[in-house]
Amino acid sequence: MGYQFTRAEAERIFGEWTRNYDVFAPKLMEGEGCFSDTDIVRYGKVTSLDEIVWDRKSDYSFKEVLLAIHETLFYFTEDETTVPKGPQRDLLIFLRSCDLCAVQRLDEIYLKNGYEDFYYARVRERAKFILMGCEMTCASGFCVSMGTNRAEQYDAYLKVAQDVVYADIREEGLKSLVTGGKEREVVPDYVTENQEKVTLPKNLSNESFANGIWKEYGDRCIGCGRCNFACPTCTCFTMQDIFYKDNERVGERRRVWASCQVDGYTDMAGGHSYRKTQGERLRFKVMHKIYDFEKRFGYPMCVGCGRCDDICPEYISFSNCVNRLAKEEMDHEK
Amino acid sequence: MKNEYIPQLSTIQEVIRHTDLEYTFRMEFNGQVKPGQFFEVSIPKYGEAPISVSGIGEGTIDLTIRRVGKVTGEIFENYVGDRLFLRGPYGNGFELDDYRGKELVVVAGGTGLSPVKGVVDYFAHHTGEAKKVTLIAGFKSPQNVLFREDFAFWEKQINVIQTVDTAPEGYQGNVGMVTKYIPDLQLTDIENTAFICVGPPVMIKFTVMEILKLGVPEQKIWVSHERKMCCGLGKCGHCKIGDTYICLDGPVFNYVDGKELID
Repeated sequence: MGYQFTRAEAERIFGEWTRNYDVFAPKLMEGEGCFSDTDIVRYGKVTSLDEIVWDRKSDYSFKEVLLAIHETLFYFTEDETTVPKGPQRDLLIFLRSCDLCAVQRLDEIYLKNGYEDFYYARVRERAKFILMGCEMTCASGFCVSMGTNRAEQYDAYLKVAQDVVYADIREEGLKSLVTGGKEREVVPDYVTENQEKVTLPKNLSNESFANGIWKEYGDRCIGCGRCNFACPTCTCFTMQDIFYKDNERVGERRRVWASCQVDGYTDMAGGHSYRKTQGERLRFKVMHKIYDFEKRFGYPMCVGCGRCDDICPEYISFSNCVNRLAKEEMDHEK
Repeated sequence: MKNEYIPQLSTIQEVIRHTDLEYTFRMEFNGQVKPGQFFEVSIPKYGEAPISVSGIGEGTIDLTIRRVGKVTGEIFENYVGDRLFLRGPYGNGFELDDYRGKELVVVAGGTGLSPVKGVVDYFAHHTGEAKKVTLIAGFKSPQNVLFREDFAFWEKQINVIQTVDTAPEGYQGNVGMVTKYIPDLQLTDIENTAFICVGPPVMIKFTVMEILKLGVPEQKIWVSHERKMCCGLGKCGHCKIGDTYICLDGPVFNYVDGKELID
């Protein structure tokens, strides 16, 4: 149901939500950017509407709220294993339409593909999503090309415009905490055109491995893995055991985010490894995002948020790479 | 919902030493297992490693482990009565029905024999169920030969060609790559054959080339792939090739699909 609230009314409702939910939203972390004296926008717990950054895309996605960067799977104490408690409260996650579309991709891997993941499932079932509209496109995003500029599966939509707050609240629990306001129709803002436009190549296959483009980009890539960590749809992890210095008989097994671009990703015991060059790794990632995932699940993995392009220290542009593949294909057909 | 990441303790029933680097650990396990499937074996502090099942007994499974990594190195510090953590089995495994009534040829290189050993064992014990069974097993040198006791039994039951890549002078057995023996196979009916090929990637490549030269259709060849499988559950991504998750869709593939798996 659509509402119009005064700022004061909205703050009061938001206060009610924070009493009932853990609210995560993009926040400005001052001075925490990668370079000195730079800021960064990333996800954190918020307690007021003022803390939320509305006018800038978050540098990192909401993903770390559902999938911790390192997550303890269980503790070892001699022969016993103990699973840590899951979230004690429901979560409210503020995100944009591209990211809300990314949730579907995470669900595909963690709830479907083979086994259901115990840890993801227990967080996911407590998560509610609040859509933040986009009045205008961000510089690097290409959500329109990917069809992720609109997302319908939100629990609520919120728009803060000076002294007025517009909302479309669908989920019953959130709705029950609404007081005041005027009912009216509210349609989420979404962009209909991006500066970046991407055309997906249609005929990728194992033959595309021979394309010289991979070597060209691979020569520039330094294999840092930042693109994977900024990506809202990258889901890979590595298992890791750690033991406590003060008591070496007690420790934990955890999973830690992993990157297919970084050395060691395919290493097997005994020294075998696959995809040794950066070019092969880049090809693996690009094809996964726009071809392999779609072949398996029926839709592309990439949601066009553009974060990988923003974060690359070598200025490698994923969107440009994809466009070049598509252009080569079209030139070839002519 | 079951938490698939939680391993169960399993007691070591027996340790069979093949070489200095390769032991078989006979582990307590009750449940359905197929040859070619794998377990995640772990020791707290050292981590988990995917190990394929090399034998299936009454209430036991065999895990043949090569001492090459951090986890496997630590597993070798354990003996009968000690316990290891296990979770699994994972992966598809071999379907015995694909080979019943056929002329089956198994070509294995080194520890590649482990995942397919359950199939060889089965048909060695049930000789009537396949038309003819041939095992071509290659090892680096006479010191690297695995499953010596099993070979003694297999030699009585099925056609066995054991070969080593190199051997000291005066060695009595076969010397040469497994591929050398494929052209000489006396197949009575190409249409009713089945080949299984397991080993290092380069061995699979050349072995399959030889098999195809015999005129064997691709769909009569099965291969098993080895990858780093951190989770075994289709989540961690490490074993993915193209749109295929080796841990879920494999590790056993018919060659028609297996040949498309390129890194």
